[in-house]
Amino acid sequence: MEPILKVVHLTHTYGIGTPFERSAVEDMSFDVADGEFLGIIGHTGSGKSTLIQHLNGLLKPTSGKILLEGKDIWAEPKKIRNVRFRVGLVFQYPEYQLFEETVYKDIAFGPANMGKTGDELDRCVREAARLVGIRDDQLEKSPFELSGGQKRRVALAGVLAMEPRVLILDEPTAGLDPAGRENLLANIRDYHRNKNGTVIMVSHSMEEVAGNVDRILVLKSAHVLMQGTPREVFSRADELLSAGLDVPQITRVAIALKERGLDVDSAVYTAEDLERQLLTLRKGAAGC
Amino acid sequence: MSTILQTENLQYLYPAVEEGEQATVALRGVDLKIEKGSFVVILGHNGSGKSTLSKTFNAILLPSTGSVCVEGMNTADESCLLDIRRRVGMVFQNPDNQIVSNVVEEDVAFAPENLGVPTAEIRQRVDLALGAVGMAEFAQHAPHLLSGGQKQRIAIAGVIAMEPDCIVLDEATAMLDPTGRREVLSTAHRLNREKGITVILITHHMNEAEDADRVVVMDDGKIAMDGAPREIFAQVEELRSLGLTVPDTVDLLDRLRRDGLDLPLDALTVDECADAVAAALR
Repeated sequence: MEPILKVVHLTHTYGIGTPFERSAVEDMSFDVADGEFLGIIGHTGSGKSTLIQHLNGLLKPTSGKILLEGKDIWAEPKKIRNVRFRVGLVFQYPEYQLFEETVYKDIAFGPANMGKTGDELDRCVREAARLVGIRDDQLEKSPFELSGGQKRRVALAGVLAMEPRVLILDEPTAGLDPAGRENLLANIRDYHRNKNGTVIMVSHSMEEVAGNVDRILVLKSAHVLMQGTPREVFSRADELLSAGLDVPQITRVAIALKERGLDVDSAVYTAEDLERQLLTLRKGAAGC
Repeated sequence: MSTILQTENLQYLYPAVEEGEQATVALRGVDLKIEKGSFVVILGHNGSGKSTLSKTFNAILLPSTGSVCVEGMNTADESCLLDIRRRVGMVFQNPDNQIVSNVVEEDVAFAPENLGVPTAEIRQRVDLALGAVGMAEFAQHAPHLLSGGQKQRIAIAGVIAMEPDCIVLDEATAMLDPTGRREVLSTAHRLNREKGITVILITHHMNEAEDADRVVVMDDGKIAMDGAPREIFAQVEELRSLGLTVPDTVDLLDRLRRDGLDLPLDALTVDECADAVAAALR
């Protein structure tokens, strides 16, 4: 199957010809499969934000191409706006982008700009609000009356209301407390499952990424370091650690147990999985 | 040990936004004493009052009732304001709200300049501060061109340059990657250990509390738990009911205990946890 997004030898250099010239992204190539949930991890400065801003045409490649459903998004530069309706990008701390008088109007901004009106517009707004857990009675409130977590949901709804083919989230849970984080991730997981949409999530949290995505893309210093399933990626813990990243705490415990002579698969990354492995070991020992 | 900061029956109300609405009670009578030179972590879910509390430490917010005293000075006393703010420096979550200059080293020099520190000493302090946060090579850089995490480290350097007696980090690592977070924490610990600077860290990240002297857990405007990290994290159910999680190490130990293994709940670090589990399975 054709990948929904294809990044081909992408390079982006900031400040060309100035003392601050720097390639934030250098010769990156990878595919995103239709309907997959992809996690992108990388240290600060590795090129994550620069990369994702190329995927919806906010930034233009210095060289290389971005293909959406097989077509170069810059083939018709005047129509680049349409790409942004099909590839929805939610920035970090999106609550800063809220501006309208009511939650309803703020969510409606995107779809209205797509040309939606009347019942169709109303449907998009209410459906998006429902997806993120915003109640009907909250739709008529000013966005600024809401709590930080609620504002974030409104901002996310504003992008979901455009029904994008690809949803990109840049550190969606940054600044949220554990309960808030889990809630939002559950919403995102449900969205991914129910809408069969492609979701790309940038995160620093290994646990967060590991527990939610199909595949992980690891960036290091403007390059792609590796990609694969969570298991495949976390089994290369040494490389991750030297790339300035962390591995889930459970993975580190598993590695430590291995060093202490226990026969443990160190590519494990949830407490539940490690628990299961250890119980099997205990049974095995008892059964001798 | 002497007290650097003390709150007495501290209450804070945020005024109602609209007519007829109630004021929001953010702090319901907090009595907290921070010892000079200690490293204290304040945990709590969003809405628990922890950020409101931290803002009372250097008079960004003044108590509605009750009091906050910094080294004997009441924060409500205007004549002490400058002195209090020199002694208690704050670093917030979003660096964009804290960076004022066009050149990194000028931004870091901002506070000492305003405090009237002699020029030669400013240079020293700026270099030390940038070194402490790992940003020395960016001294001549433009702050707005840096990544989020790099900006945050500049903000922290700006506070360190004041050589305060106490640094309050209000979720200052929220926007940093694991390396950045580790760097900030190790910087904070180093300043605490080597210079005796009191550190108060407000965070959601449980593992940042591992090396603290004391953990204070806030809930609904009051202190719900207060003690050494190991004591606090062993109370798994209580923490969960307060909307928090436990480190994965503790979660694993808790699960294995329920499966019948004899394990302590306070083996917080990866190595301690692995040692305990390995011993139990031999």
